[in-house]
Amino acid sequence: MALLSKKDTNLILDPLADNNPITIQVLGICSALAITAELQASVVMAISVLFVLGVGNVVISLLRNIIPTKIRIIVQLIVVATLVIIVDQVLKAFAYDLSKTLSVFVGLIITNCIIMGRFEAFALGNGPWKAFLDGIGNALGYGIILIIVGFFRELLGSGTLYGFKVFGDPVTKTGLYSTGYENNGFMIIPPAALIVVGIIIWIQRSRNRALIEEN
Amino acid sequence: MAFNKENNSYTIIFAAIMVIVVGSILAYLASALSGKIKENERFEKQQNILYAMGVNENEDEGSVNFVPTDKVEAEFSKYITEQLVISGDQITKNDEAYLIDLKKQIAALKKGETAELPLFIGEKEGKKYYIIPMYGKGLWDAIWGFVALNENMVVQGVYFDHKAETPGLGANIKQRYFMDDFIGESVLNNNQFKGIAVAKGNNDPVNKIKDDNEVDALAGATITGNGVSAMIRESVNIYKDYLETIRVN
Repeated sequence: MALLSKKDTNLILDPLADNNPITIQVLGICSALAITAELQASVVMAISVLFVLGVGNVVISLLRNIIPTKIRIIVQLIVVATLVIIVDQVLKAFAYDLSKTLSVFVGLIITNCIIMGRFEAFALGNGPWKAFLDGIGNALGYGIILIIVGFFRELLGSGTLYGFKVFGDPVTKTGLYSTGYENNGFMIIPPAALIVVGIIIWIQRSRNRALIEEN
Repeated sequence: MAFNKENNSYTIIFAAIMVIVVGSILAYLASALSGKIKENERFEKQQNILYAMGVNENEDEGSVNFVPTDKVEAEFSKYITEQLVISGDQITKNDEAYLIDLKKQIAALKKGETAELPLFIGEKEGKKYYIIPMYGKGLWDAIWGFVALNENMVVQGVYFDHKAETPGLGANIKQRYFMDDFIGESVLNNNQFKGIAVAKGNNDPVNKIKDDNEVDALAGATITGNGVSAMIRESVNIYKDYLETIRVN
């Protein structure tokens, strides 16, 4: 027997492309704009969301039959907040340097609409294993877009990738900069992320016309 | 199903149990880890103070490299020869001055109360360093740091850190290329304590001019940069009286 049935595989693969949380469901846009000026920040955020969404979806799914409908949103918020605090505290104690890089994302994860969106739309109505796969799939779909946007913004905006100078030194004019090339300062401000996400949406929809909504 | 999920008393009981369970988990975690977290914070402060006076593992260029945590305590007692607490006119020695929360002291100063201001004197290769802690605000939240001066009031090194500045923009105040620019700048201008401004468009991107009290700003981080300027100006002013006593022209 295969580890994952076809349906289960789709739970992971769909959010990577045709049901991507950012470009199709339009969830989690805020953090995609805010933290993608550097590739490293994008990767860290993607991993954090992967953990919180994977575990959170399982917890909500396990509780789904006993959560009172009236206060389900509050319960979901508590689960996310608790997970995020646990991650933050454990990192502070055992990986202090990493926790400093992450601290700025903690608040962003709690309010990330992908997490609430998946709890509400999927985990409340499905078993834990399916919910886990859905959480991982959506977090990966979110992460991919974050990393693509972070890659282009850091490369074109700062001429670096992961802090490594790809194009040479802009101050002493070595490498590509000796030919008169300049970093595009526009790429490091948030509107640039909107444009990069827009281009991804454009490419995606022109490849798969079924995704285009009819007016 | 045996119970009614829409029932008000069920909802209240569920909420109460949830709060107790979550509260206990978090309380347990916080108390179990607090010792370890405090120790990490203590090491970090020592690393930052040493970093400002140039005791670090930096290579010629690239990233910020602190003294490793397992060595930091020994290095701290080796290089930091005196820790002072300045309270009004009184100056006392205190070996735990580095643990003073500067935020509270600055708040007290603003209310007109006497504050306990820490200052560290370091010595390396026969040179003396006067290290002042700084605290201010950036765009989103607090920024802080340390500046090491020599007796001519020329910056020997700085360290900046922040709580929540934007990654890739304001967060770059803790990058070496930004912090290194401050080295060699004087906090004096015409014998007045002026600080160092983070200036846009000062036509000196590689910071060759060292007597202009200015360093080149970070693109896209105007408010964080202004916060850094204000923080340095304020801190230098707070310590002005003490600095006057050690100043040599």
